[in-house]
Amino acid sequence: MNRWLLWLPLALFSLFFGAVAIGLMMPKDNIIESKMVGKPMPTFALPAAIEQRPALSSADLAKGKPTLLNIFASWCVPCIAEAPQLLALQKAGVEINAIASRDTPEDIAIFLNRWGNPYSRIGTDTTSKVQLELGSSGVPETFVIDGNGIIVHQHIGDIRQEDIAKLIEILKEAG
Amino acid sequence: MIAETGLIALWLAAALALLQFALGAIGLRAEREDYFAAIRPVAVAQGVFVSLSFLLLIWLFLRSDMSVRLVVMNSASVKPLLYKFAGTWGNHEGSMLLWVTVMGLAGAFIALFERSLKKATLVATLAAQAFISLGFYAFLLISSNPFERMFPIPADGQGLNPLLQDPGLAFHPPTLYFGYVGLSVAFSFAVGAMITRDVGAAFAKAMRPWVLGAWIFLTLGITAGSYWAYYELGWGGWWFWDPVENASLMPWLAATALLHSVTVLATRDGLRAWTLMLAVVAFSMSMIGTFLVRSGILTSVHAFAVDPERGSFILALLAIYIGGAMALFALRVGTVKEGSRFELISREGALVANNLLLSVILALVFIGTLYPLLVEAVTGEKLSVGPPYFNLATGPLALMLVAVMAAGPLLRWRRDNPKALVNRISIPVLVVAAALFALVSLTTGMSVLALLGLALAAGVAVASFAPLWKRNLRRTPLHTYGMVLAHFGIAVALVGMACESSFTEENLVAAKPGDEIVINQWKLEFEAIEPVAGPNWTALEGRMTAQYGDGTLHEIKPQNRMFAAAQTQTSEAALLTRWNGQLYVVLGDGDSEGRWQVRVWWKPFVPLIWYGGILVALGGLLAMIGRLRRGYKQRKQREYAEAML
Repeated sequence: MNRWLLWLPLALFSLFFGAVAIGLMMPKDNIIESKMVGKPMPTFALPAAIEQRPALSSADLAKGKPTLLNIFASWCVPCIAEAPQLLALQKAGVEINAIASRDTPEDIAIFLNRWGNPYSRIGTDTTSKVQLELGSSGVPETFVIDGNGIIVHQHIGDIRQEDIAKLIEILKEAG
Repeated sequence: MIAETGLIALWLAAALALLQFALGAIGLRAEREDYFAAIRPVAVAQGVFVSLSFLLLIWLFLRSDMSVRLVVMNSASVKPLLYKFAGTWGNHEGSMLLWVTVMGLAGAFIALFERSLKKATLVATLAAQAFISLGFYAFLLISSNPFERMFPIPADGQGLNPLLQDPGLAFHPPTLYFGYVGLSVAFSFAVGAMITRDVGAAFAKAMRPWVLGAWIFLTLGITAGSYWAYYELGWGGWWFWDPVENASLMPWLAATALLHSVTVLATRDGLRAWTLMLAVVAFSMSMIGTFLVRSGILTSVHAFAVDPERGSFILALLAIYIGGAMALFALRVGTVKEGSRFELISREGALVANNLLLSVILALVFIGTLYPLLVEAVTGEKLSVGPPYFNLATGPLALMLVAVMAAGPLLRWRRDNPKALVNRISIPVLVVAAALFALVSLTTGMSVLALLGLALAAGVAVASFAPLWKRNLRRTPLHTYGMVLAHFGIAVALVGMACESSFTEENLVAAKPGDEIVINQWKLEFEAIEPVAGPNWTALEGRMTAQYGDGTLHEIKPQNRMFAAAQTQTSEAALLTRWNGQLYVVLGDGDSEGRWQVRVWWKPFVPLIWYGGILVALGGLLAMIGRLRRGYKQRKQREYAEAML
């Protein structure tokens, strides 16, 4: 065996030590900005979730006007909490499209009948594939998308009363 | 006074460790036999005092002595007795004291019972052991005194992290610690052998029980940890490739490799340098694991144990021990004589393949775990490496490893005839082919990895018993049975893993009492939500009746628990185990309309994962008993022969 090879473990260990020491010294910040902000929408085409609303593809999200993309599910309790806020945004003239995450047409229909339907288009994402591509890990989440299909903002969690003004602001800026 | 006595005992133990190290170091240099003789009683005394210190800390917890800071921070008088007990090591200071206690006991044990090793090597080993302990004593006494008093004395404690209030968790950390400490003993043996250049079969035989013991505890610890994460976190997964899980997996991988290479060293006196390196790496991995968990350098579900300053301390210890050992390796191994040689197709060859595969898997897990850290240190970018990388990178290698595992025990030592191997392996191969054919024709949508895994598992299950074929079962040594059982356990676990990943069904609904939830053959009747209360928590409990396809009825009660002391909520999944799988029900949050988020999984054969783990550990235990008994018998025979002369 080569003599210098025997020093290899120590060299590798030093490398590890260096990286970790730097890591320890760096200040800790755990807020993660979405990687998708500022990037175009990934290309997708989802089938319609219910009969009453058309299907949703990425092309529908780049038609010149800023829109909201809401990811929801009928099994998601916070989605019920944010339903009135979404209806209010729709009344204010905002176009809202939706992706239903891991859901069935029957359950979605019941959910929308009960809590109101603010959506123009609803695509159904039964395996969460598109949701993951969007960098979204849970429901509900809402994306602000400008007229060219670029993601401007990601709102994680349910939209509260106090979030409405901010979202309208961002939509205006994007327009 | 209990706390003060504990602290004094700890100081005394630390002083004895220093003496033990000095006796060894000076004695070896000056070749003083009288120093050699003194080191054994000192090691025993150190073990006694550190144990006393730990027992006193347990007593403080059991008495809920709220004048001691550690008890206040981690216990509460209303806590059930078991968790007061477990609370002793459910925190940083207590767990470090547990670590150094087990190390002290291990040192005492070696001093009392190790008779086959050369005297100088034994002394060097005990000195190395004391040197490692000294670092932990310094850590405890300088920055994490477990016996610190608190004034003014608070009325009650803050309780243990509710996630940790669980029988599994009471024993999961100490199990892993026993494993880590066992590896530290193997490390001390390796350092001792490098110092005296005495690397051979006797050294391997002395080290082997410690490696085996460590490996058994690590196996149990990982199995228990996996099951805990599975039912307590309520995500339904059994392995998340979370940094902290990886931190416990890496020492296991290294220990598994070491366990097999030390067998080559003990039986055939081969793989000398490699075994030494593995002993160093195995302990490095347990130190690095502890460091990753304690320093909070990687964000994970285990974030409750974090403190950056302590991280720096452990890192410093890491640099001294591991850096030192690796430098020693580089300086000394060149002068260790090469062991005996062997041919490619032989038992040794298969064990080398096992070692290489395990090492590569270890490297891949290590890189995946630390990659985010490295990237952040260099570019400042944050990213995380998840299951897609780990499954893809390690899965195929793990399957190859399992295939080698099936063939290896059927080979002879030193050299074997390839044709004879083909003969011996033909039945397992046929089983794999048949299983593959059956799976492809009967199932749809299985991933390639799961398909191969399941087929291989069938073959390995058969092959694992092949070493017993045509042997006199009563004269077969116990350690061979141990190997058979452990390898069979791997096959069992593999079946569980492949089935879980391929056949799991999931249903997620918002339901209210009176609704029915259907999954696979199960029909769940959601009857009611009721408040229930435990010793230090209250909960909302869903009462459900689960009916299986054949009509059998079962009551299940998933809970949403609220802990009084820490104001924390946990979800207690309800599990229903049948011979063919497990029903897993989680109760989520409710809304104002009386609907509840209910998540239901049907996981066919999933318990086999943990049954397999337990079988593997049992196999290890059998092997250890067999080895120790044989070693004892041989020693008695030798002593008898000497007495006759």
